[in-house]
Amino acid sequence: MSEEQDVITGIEAPVYLKYNFTAGAAAARFLHQIKKGVLTGQRCPSCQQVYIPPRGSCAACGCPTEEEVEVADKATIQSFTIVTIPIPNNPIQPPYIIANLVADGANISFLHLISECVNEDVHIGQRVQALWKPEEEWDYAMDNIRYFRPIDEPDVPVEMIGKLPVTGWEGSADD
Amino acid sequence: MANLAAVVGIGQTKYTTKRDDVSIAGLVREAAVNALQDAGLTWDDIEAVIIGKAPDMFEGVIMPEIYLTDALGCNGKPMLRVHTAGSVGGSTALVAASHVQSGSFKRVLTVAFEKQSESNAMWALSNPHPFSTHLNAGAGGYFAPIIREYMRRSEAPHDVGIKVAVKDRLHGARNPLAHLQKPDITMQEVEESFMLWDPIRFLESCPSSDGACAMVIANEELAEQAPKPPAWIRGVAMRSEPTMYAGREEVSPQAGRDCAADVYQQAGITDPRRDLDCAEVYVPFSWYEPMWLENLGFAPEGEGWKLTMEGATSLDEGGDIPWNPSGGVLSSNPIGASGMIRFAEAARQVRGDAGAHQVEGAKLALGHAYGGGAQFFSMWVVGAEKP
Repeated sequence: MSEEQDVITGIEAPVYLKYNFTAGAAAARFLHQIKKGVLTGQRCPSCQQVYIPPRGSCAACGCPTEEEVEVADKATIQSFTIVTIPIPNNPIQPPYIIANLVADGANISFLHLISECVNEDVHIGQRVQALWKPEEEWDYAMDNIRYFRPIDEPDVPVEMIGKLPVTGWEGSADD
Repeated sequence: MANLAAVVGIGQTKYTTKRDDVSIAGLVREAAVNALQDAGLTWDDIEAVIIGKAPDMFEGVIMPEIYLTDALGCNGKPMLRVHTAGSVGGSTALVAASHVQSGSFKRVLTVAFEKQSESNAMWALSNPHPFSTHLNAGAGGYFAPIIREYMRRSEAPHDVGIKVAVKDRLHGARNPLAHLQKPDITMQEVEESFMLWDPIRFLESCPSSDGACAMVIANEELAEQAPKPPAWIRGVAMRSEPTMYAGREEVSPQAGRDCAADVYQQAGITDPRRDLDCAEVYVPFSWYEPMWLENLGFAPEGEGWKLTMEGATSLDEGGDIPWNPSGGVLSSNPIGASGMIRFAEAARQVRGDAGAHQVEGAKLALGHAYGGGAQFFSMWVVGAEKP
């Protein structure tokens, strides 16, 4: 063994803090519903927009949101990125697609994975649907949806993204 | 009507990946000492200290301002900490200015910093919540879809971001304090760099830097006695909006437009491209230059990229409105300090003290910062002339 040793100027000593997460009324309701495989949002009494996941108020109007609204597990890609680096503490292997998705019946996007697709073919306005985990694995978590995958429906025009009824895109075409 | 205030001293550190020769306290003190020297002042001349940094989770030092009082010579003096995510360097400067403009203090020191080498910003920004999937791939993952939407709307050529990445690094090569020194960078090199968060390439992203920036801000009477030319504060504005609400315009946020309108009105600016001589604007990912050119009214909606491609924002191409002559956030990014660096570099320009990245004859300049999910905006206009 060498007598010479490098001078130690720093060490990595991670500290882990564990928090109990208090969801609050709106998010708790959302989590109870998603445990049953149902996506539940809330409608703003002022602007009528549907928020999911609900946080109990409309950030635009400042109103409490109480009316519950079920939304579909079909969604439209509002925008997306193909990521080529790993997420800290997440086993997912790059490259993977993270998309801002708007579920049918909702007016705001949430993030989720897109899979079972050719990455280069994914595009804004594309229609996708949730692939749920097996029911016995459902928990109080958005991760009950493993990912969203493309479905064979026509693209949604950009000006219509975020404005579809819960009956979906083809449904709105029939109106 | 607020009292007049001006920047009378500016101090920065050399931005770099890792300052392992100093602690956080040493880093902020270095910037502060440089600012005091620039102002020809000593610690006793400072009445209060206004400090800012990005979220405490970054370095894991909670309320670091408490421990930094000694280093900043403010035991027994008022100290205030400002929090506004990535825009914090800008809003810290504005809070400092307001302490003088209000008449509460004659002369204050303001400092902002980040020591990214002791932190993991991506980890700190990736806390899991049960009501959403744990997919927060750092700031790039958040902003990439918004950039994609801008590209779709504007139908801009694919290489606009590449051009900004080259232009800001060429600017940075003129600035000895800039972290990245890439005087030979080419469009091809940027285009061939690793795609991190499609459409954002590695070389279209800001670096992770250690660094601090400080300024001394004084009232009219003291500014007129300052040994070096003051940068007179001609307008100050802050705006914010929620990160998420239905129908939010994410590409060109309302808060940014409102903030710009307010600061221009105070400074008597009706056409920012014509009236301003240069701008230091928070561009952490290259495509944010054309996006902010539009948001800040330098170009009509959908046409910001044309200014970039024409070379209007480039010092090297003799552009009429250089953006980020210092090299910008794309060349140095100590996150909490990055906004203050924009404000300080705007002040350096109108003081005629910007060295090799001086915009010739600059009399009026914009400093800009944004943060969070592009929801916090801070801006000031500084001028060589007293209003």
